[in-house]
Amino acid sequence: MAQVSFLEAIRQAQFEELSRDTNVFLMGEDVRCNVFGTTTGFVEAFGERRVRDTPISEAGFVGAAAGASMVGMRPIVDLTIATFVYPAMDQICSIIAKSRYLYGGQATLPLVLRTCMFYGNSNAAQHSDRPYPMFMGMPGLKIIVPSNPADMKGLLKSAIRDDNPVLSFEDGTLWSSKSEVPDDDDFLIPLGTADIKREGTDVSVIAVGGSVPLALDAAESLSKEGVSVEVVDPRTLVPLDTATILASVAKTGRALTVDPAHQSCSVASEISATIVEHAFDSLKAPVIRVTTPDTHLPFSPPIERPLYPSAERIVAAVRKVMN
Amino acid sequence: MENERLEFFRRMVRIRRFESHAEACHGKGEIPGSLHTATGQEAEIVGSCMALRTDDYMVGNHRSHGHPIAKGAATNPLMAELFGRRTGVCGGKGGSMHLSDFSVGSLGETSIVGSGVPVAVGAALGANLQGSDRVSLCFFGDGATNEGAFHEGMNLASIWNLPVIFLCENNLYGVSTPASEVISVKDIAERGAAYSMKSEIVDGQDVEAVFNVVSAAVERARSGKGPTLVEAKTYRFAEHAANMGRVLLDRGTELDEWLQRDPIELYRAKLLGDGIKSEELAEIEAEVEQEILDSLEFARSSAYPDQAEAFTDVFTEPLSLPGWLAQ
Repeated sequence: MAQVSFLEAIRQAQFEELSRDTNVFLMGEDVRCNVFGTTTGFVEAFGERRVRDTPISEAGFVGAAAGASMVGMRPIVDLTIATFVYPAMDQICSIIAKSRYLYGGQATLPLVLRTCMFYGNSNAAQHSDRPYPMFMGMPGLKIIVPSNPADMKGLLKSAIRDDNPVLSFEDGTLWSSKSEVPDDDDFLIPLGTADIKREGTDVSVIAVGGSVPLALDAAESLSKEGVSVEVVDPRTLVPLDTATILASVAKTGRALTVDPAHQSCSVASEISATIVEHAFDSLKAPVIRVTTPDTHLPFSPPIERPLYPSAERIVAAVRKVMN
Repeated sequence: MENERLEFFRRMVRIRRFESHAEACHGKGEIPGSLHTATGQEAEIVGSCMALRTDDYMVGNHRSHGHPIAKGAATNPLMAELFGRRTGVCGGKGGSMHLSDFSVGSLGETSIVGSGVPVAVGAALGANLQGSDRVSLCFFGDGATNEGAFHEGMNLASIWNLPVIFLCENNLYGVSTPASEVISVKDIAERGAAYSMKSEIVDGQDVEAVFNVVSAAVERARSGKGPTLVEAKTYRFAEHAANMGRVLLDRGTELDEWLQRDPIELYRAKLLGDGIKSEELAEIEAEVEQEILDSLEFARSSAYPDQAEAFTDVFTEPLSLPGWLAQ
């Protein structure tokens, strides 16, 4: 095992799957020139037919990925920034999510749409969205939001091998993070399995994407106060591993949901509702959501940064449920 | 050639009879939802689809009962789909606006205007990457050519030199809005120039003319010479949707004039003029009528899907029913 970064994990997953299956191909804006470092050496290894630059034409190339997948290809589409999915919304919601269903199972759409959530870095409201919750309300799309390089690699490889459309929301705040990543070509993490990132007994913190390392930091500092925090990472939002989440809450009796998305209809809200509906009898305190408030993300750094979940906000919320 | 000509006639009649029976059943409440017929457009549908091989791809739209029929689909599963039955081609999940039969290369009838264009381009990209010589035929109306998806798909097909035939069924109206009021060019074929794409205009009421133009486009596509935009000038005899109970727009003498250009009657006259016996055409019509009556019987006698089937095909793995529904 080697220590690799989040971006290198993406590169390895794509490289290995392109090598493994000639039906896999990659397309997106500026993939040849390797903007973020996730396609280093790809053109040399696979050629420009399989590593395909697209025009700035999201509805066109996302729809083309759908059509290619319906005839047996397995496209990976690099949409660069998460908000660039919006110009392709009709293709994602009306074609990709629904074709298999509408045609009674005749269509199979094995494709992956990759996007980076590019927030917390003064890119202002149009480049800073974390839009995964809205796609949870659209059946037919699997969703992964990995929180470390190993999960990123294992989940992305599973996504590429999955026979369903998968949206990969990659948290830009994690880009430079490093972890041990197996270099096994068949290192896969099954979609739909949550992971207990830290075991604890007093409170369950269910955290998504870039919130996971913040929750781990909070858990470490709370341990010095004698509070034992369990950190649960769903990793996959569709399918959502509610069993692992509910089992954790049943054990601890307290829950926080942490999510960098805007609060309304967030993953934090959905998981909170699930806990209240199915584990109410275990709860010793109300479930608290730690999210981004329902305002836009401003450009100016001092007023942008406090809006997102932080270790401090998680610590404060844990103290609240402990009292 | 004579067999092919009789097959043109047979498929046009098959579409006409399929839709006229479906409209009657819809009026009686046997077919739920909305139903958009293409009566008057049969020649452009049949002429285009018959220029393809069965293993070529085709993408339709919300007005596409005829397209899978023209591509060679069996009518029993199509009719059962309109009735919402489990024996329907889409298992009763798609209905009239999504009447797609993958076994004949029909890759989707999509009911969001213009949304099928990038899909057809993607199918051609897939064929290209696989080293296959399959081509992709995309049907859309005049209205779709104002959608961004149309322009993005045209551009991609052009820059990647993909084997696509863009077949615009210009029936002159988007619901009630005249195309001439909302499209910036006189002929939609002009839009090909923006993408350096070869364009053709064809009389959409003349099945052989359409077949010849599309066959040439297919040949270009198959031999690696890239996409073609074909504008078929045609007309929808019926209202935008069946049994709406009102006339959206009085089309006056224009409708009467186009009714004189019924593609089936034009072709009948041509075949008779070329010495085909009227009995032969009458026999084809009688066979098709019986076939559609059999399809109605098949549809009516088929069961509805089980409730659990509302939860299959969302993913390749079935979802579980919520407890309140499973009981």
